[in-house]
Amino acid sequence: MIALLMRDLRLAFRAGGGFGLGLAFFLIVTTLVPFSVGPQPALLSTIAAGVLWLGALLACLLSLDRLLALDYEDGTLDLLLTAPLPLEAAVSVKALAHWITTGLPLVLAAPVLGVLLNLPGAGYGWLVISLAIGTPALSVIGTFGAALTVGIKRGGLLLSLLVLPLYVPTLIFGAEAARRGAAGLDPATPLLMLAGITLATIALMPFASAAVLRMGLR
Amino acid sequence: MTLKASNLTLARGGVPVLTGLSFVLEPRAALILRGPNGAGKTTLLRTIAGLQPAVEGEISGAADQIAYAGHADGLKAMLTVRENLMFWAQVFGRHDITPALDAYALHPLADRLAGTLSAGQKRRLGLSRLLVTGCPIWVLDEPTVSLDTDAVAMFAAAVRAHLAQGGSALMATHIDLGLEADVIDITPYRAMTTLRVGASDEAFL
Amino acid sequence: MSIWSYANPVKFLALSTKVQPFLWVAAAGCVIVGLIWGFFGTPDDFRQGSTVKIIYLHVPSALMAINAWFMMLITSLIWLIRRHHVSALAAKAAAPVGLVMTLIALVTGAIWGQPMWGTWWAWDPRLTSFLILFLFYLGYIALWEAIEDPDTAADLTSILCLVGSVFAVLSRYAVQFWNQGLHQGTSIPVATGERSVSDVFWYPLLTSMVGFGLLFLALVLYRTGTEIRLRRAQALRVRAGREL
Repeated sequence: MIALLMRDLRLAFRAGGGFGLGLAFFLIVTTLVPFSVGPQPALLSTIAAGVLWLGALLACLLSLDRLLALDYEDGTLDLLLTAPLPLEAAVSVKALAHWITTGLPLVLAAPVLGVLLNLPGAGYGWLVISLAIGTPALSVIGTFGAALTVGIKRGGLLLSLLVLPLYVPTLIFGAEAARRGAAGLDPATPLLMLAGITLATIALMPFASAAVLRMGLR
Repeated sequence: MTLKASNLTLARGGVPVLTGLSFVLEPRAALILRGPNGAGKTTLLRTIAGLQPAVEGEISGAADQIAYAGHADGLKAMLTVRENLMFWAQVFGRHDITPALDAYALHPLADRLAGTLSAGQKRRLGLSRLLVTGCPIWVLDEPTVSLDTDAVAMFAAAVRAHLAQGGSALMATHIDLGLEADVIDITPYRAMTTLRVGASDEAFL
Repeated sequence: MSIWSYANPVKFLALSTKVQPFLWVAAAGCVIVGLIWGFFGTPDDFRQGSTVKIIYLHVPSALMAINAWFMMLITSLIWLIRRHHVSALAAKAAAPVGLVMTLIALVTGAIWGQPMWGTWWAWDPRLTSFLILFLFYLGYIALWEAIEDPDTAADLTSILCLVGSVFAVLSRYAVQFWNQGLHQGTSIPVATGERSVSDVFWYPLLTSMVGFGLLFLALVLYRTGTEIRLRRAQALRVRAGREL
């Protein structure tokens, strides 16, 4: 399992691995928002938390179609299926690698981009905390979507269509926590709900992902 | 470990391709599948490897014993030869890749990126993966594709050494490897179009 | 005779062809009677005026939108556990019907909302939940269309339906939480389904709901029949191709 994690991380950091693409996308989306809604500081500071959450979610989505499709194309998935490693563990590890290479950088970059959007001072801590709690769920749910579409040619768009509705609860609670934090309210309830979703998806989704992979590769 | 398959019926895309196929693969033995394209060799090998279920029949002695090599080698272009092998060794809980590098003369290439190898070199790397798995039963689908004469000899030697250590091999190949192997021609087992049992869409007829 | 004997496509087809004419007539009758009764035979609401009459379309379609997904959930489970092809095909057949029902509920909701709330759309928890349900239907149908092998498609869409159901329920509660959190104490009226309706409105509404239910059943049987015939044609074609 550690071998799989190390391999995925190594691949992500090598040339063509796509590390940093999600981060760049996050930056660009955040930059484009003031262009589309106007530069008024008051408006930006009200929507900052929500925009940053949405940007992080879309950046996560962007790299999902590479998550399993590359391994499918070069035959690695077939070989992993015949290896003694349980497939549930393999998809969990792949989701973890996705989070380390995509989710974690987004969490760390969010406060910097918060400055661009005039995020209120009280919001930085809560934004980082809510993203840190919520982005693992995005990776795990996204892995399920990637497993569903793994054998499908040009499955990228379909993947978005399948995964985005599944992201709704995570986005609602995550953004709500960040927004309450920025507004100086108590974000404990949405944060706890978010943590609940993340823990439940980490515990249960790998089984669905592995089942779907086995069916799809048959 | 003896691999036994009895009375297998296999389907591809919901249509039966093989039926009534049985064989036994003892340790130290090799079994070669023959048959024209589309006869169901790949389907049979994938089923034995556990990648798809058999419609009917039983396979015993296969669980966690099989190293499978299909048409694709499962190599990552941006990892070196050594890293690729090391990864598969660790997945199977092992660490020593030197014998694998020896057997396929991969030492000079060990630190090259797999993406820069030629097709034959990639195939050699793919086959050397079998040696690092430590699994006793090899299930190989057209292992000699894109190999030159020297490499085929390396492969034959590797199989022979594997058999000598008590392993066994089931492979689909058209090349004579000079092995003492049984040959099954699967053509007689082809499923007739009239066969209804086993196809997933039989209920619709 | 067990109900599972109808899992055989041929038997299912024979029975469903037999009952369909009656279903269509009953469905059409109930819907027509319910709507005419509702539109012309009931008094205007003292507060909402004649706009209240859209309830006879809105509530039944919303009801069927949810029930269609519920039916898909059950048939998906049956497919996963017992692997009856008819079950999977019924789920496939129900999805577009459910999608259209959701669309009708959303559109009639907007038309109703315009005079009542002064806006075509409000992010009311109930409306939002239906919008999310609409997205789930779209994803489900798109996945069926994208996979070539019919059995694999049935497998994957069934799992999507199970996982989607959990997330749909989760979204429903998340949305309720979210809107309360956003506009504390706003006075968006609760959608009328929960309102106690007096008998004058209730009986035509009930007729219309029964009619929509029968219509849904008839449509699903019809579409399942089409899917079965398609599979049969494909199976025959594959066999003919192999003989050549």
